[in-house]
Amino acid sequence: MADEPLVLGIETSCDETGVGIVRGHTLLADEVASSVDEHARFGGVVPEVASRAHLEAMVPTIRRALKNAGVAASDLDGVAVTAGPGLAGALLVGVSAAKAYAYALGKPLYGVNHLASHICVDQLEHGALPEPTMALLVSGGHSSLLLAPDITADVRPLGSTIDDAAGEAFDKIARVLNLGFPGGPVIDRMAREGDPEAIRFPRGLTGPRDAVYDFSFSGLKTAVARWIEAKRHAGEEVPVADVSASFQEAVVDVLTRKAVRACKDNGVDHLMIGGGVAANSRLRALAAQRCEDAGVRLRVPRPKLCTDNGAMVAALGAEMVARNRPASAWDLSADSSLPVTEPHVPDPAHPHGHGGAHGHDHDHVHELSKDNLYS
Amino acid sequence: MLLLALDTATPAVTVALHDGSGVLAESNQVDARRHGELLLPAVHRVLGEAGVGLDAVTGFVVGVGPGPYTGLRVGLTTAGVFSEATGVPVHGLCTLDGIAYAVGLAGLEGPFTVATDARRKEVYWARYADARTRLTDPAVDRPADITDETAGLPAVGAGAQLYPDTFGRVPEGMPVHQSAAAMAALAAEKLAAGEDLLPDRPLYLRRPDAQVPAHYKVVTPR
Ligand SMILES: [Zn+2]
Repeated sequence: MADEPLVLGIETSCDETGVGIVRGHTLLADEVASSVDEHARFGGVVPEVASRAHLEAMVPTIRRALKNAGVAASDLDGVAVTAGPGLAGALLVGVSAAKAYAYALGKPLYGVNHLASHICVDQLEHGALPEPTMALLVSGGHSSLLLAPDITADVRPLGSTIDDAAGEAFDKIARVLNLGFPGGPVIDRMAREGDPEAIRFPRGLTGPRDAVYDFSFSGLKTAVARWIEAKRHAGEEVPVADVSASFQEAVVDVLTRKAVRACKDNGVDHLMIGGGVAANSRLRALAAQRCEDAGVRLRVPRPKLCTDNGAMVAALGAEMVARNRPASAWDLSADSSLPVTEPHVPDPAHPHGHGGAHGHDHDHVHELSKDNLYS
Repeated sequence: MLLLALDTATPAVTVALHDGSGVLAESNQVDARRHGELLLPAVHRVLGEAGVGLDAVTGFVVGVGPGPYTGLRVGLTTAGVFSEATGVPVHGLCTLDGIAYAVGLAGLEGPFTVATDARRKEVYWARYADARTRLTDPAVDRPADITDETAGLPAVGAGAQLYPDTFGRVPEGMPVHQSAAAMAALAAEKLAAGEDLLPDRPLYLRRPDAQVPAHYKVVTPR
């Protein structure tokens, strides 16, 4: 439908410079420039390297997205950008770019939450999100269970990792096994040749008195590393495929068990899985099986939409426009620790939205005290 | 000619609009931690004061550093995207050259040194024959390591004020902070004379710190 909001989204929270364009729930362009190769030899993302790469890639990536979408910048209804959470210096490049672009085009700016964007992207794959949506977000930066009654206004954290993110654990184990960086894809590949039952690694936070929805992968990581070292000390060959499969099984067992439990406990009949680790084939398979057993419908976007990208930011921006949420102010901050409970960062002077984004309507200033989300 | 100049390579967030013969409006704020928040509102204010829109601008001028990276990128990103959105060219200027030009306007004749604070006990600096003529490439050094090269010269800028043992005499009445008005005037002069300006690419002068934080974020499969 041509009257659905046409929004460009910019994502720079980590090492992907993403620019996406959507019309409502329709994906028109999803351009990503990654600096992952530059980080590989360090075993993780180096913030300054990522920030430099964002600056280099920003304008060419915007240009490619517009070209591939076949739309004119002047037709956009808004520009959305990840305001946080993420790496501060990296976020700042995207936020600066989005402000400049929106301002130059005379369009409203929407600073949105990276985690809510990971959930909202599924609208591009499976249509409107059910309300509420239960979401399991798993990547190198986050491992969270979120309940979202309204993705533009009400996202509630049920649980999250208390130490390492799931993707971080994959990277660290890959490093111990000398498989390189990033670890997710290579362990997934190795695991296909291995036996997931070969070694019984610990399942973190699954005891009767543990937090029901929180995760912990640090103990698992240590246990796997010790097991490998013991083999090496004994002069035995490390069965890489079996270790990969057994480690991966321990991670996805806990993730899917807790996610399905959260759906049941909260009476939610849909589960959305997003984030880079959602591309893991065993996670997808086990989630599908357990959801089916529990009568829960599983929604997992295609892998390219699960990793960080601009389309997810555009998807949430389009939802903000569609629901007439207020735009952000020109002094929008990049907030490296933006709480997940804030799906977007509205202009504190216009917290209710008026359709016209940057009008100079000061009628609502008196409501600041009760509606200011920033104090 | 209508130039919009901006620079965020030093603690200053500075924006100015110049019509080729003079400055129409400017905004100067000093807050090393809020470049990202302050720049766009400053642009909006400057254009508003001059009563023009961004679409009237015929060229963007941006300080390319050297400067601490995070702030530096705010200005470069903003100018680059403005240029992309409006189809109007963006020109780079060495940030130290802007300060040198401002110093010339304030009455200091050469030779002199310009030094800004590079943090980590270092300065970004260059030597000038006069306000328009830089003699050395911009560099980053510990003040103690460049005393031979700057000895006997007056010095200006926040870096000179920070390290009086190295830079000695800082003349009275000289601007300390970067001024987009001076940069715009310099760019206008250079453009009118048919001189090339720099591409809008950052002068970092240092390699990135290759340190992965304890809880780093990673990309997983694509
Ligand atoms: Zn992410």
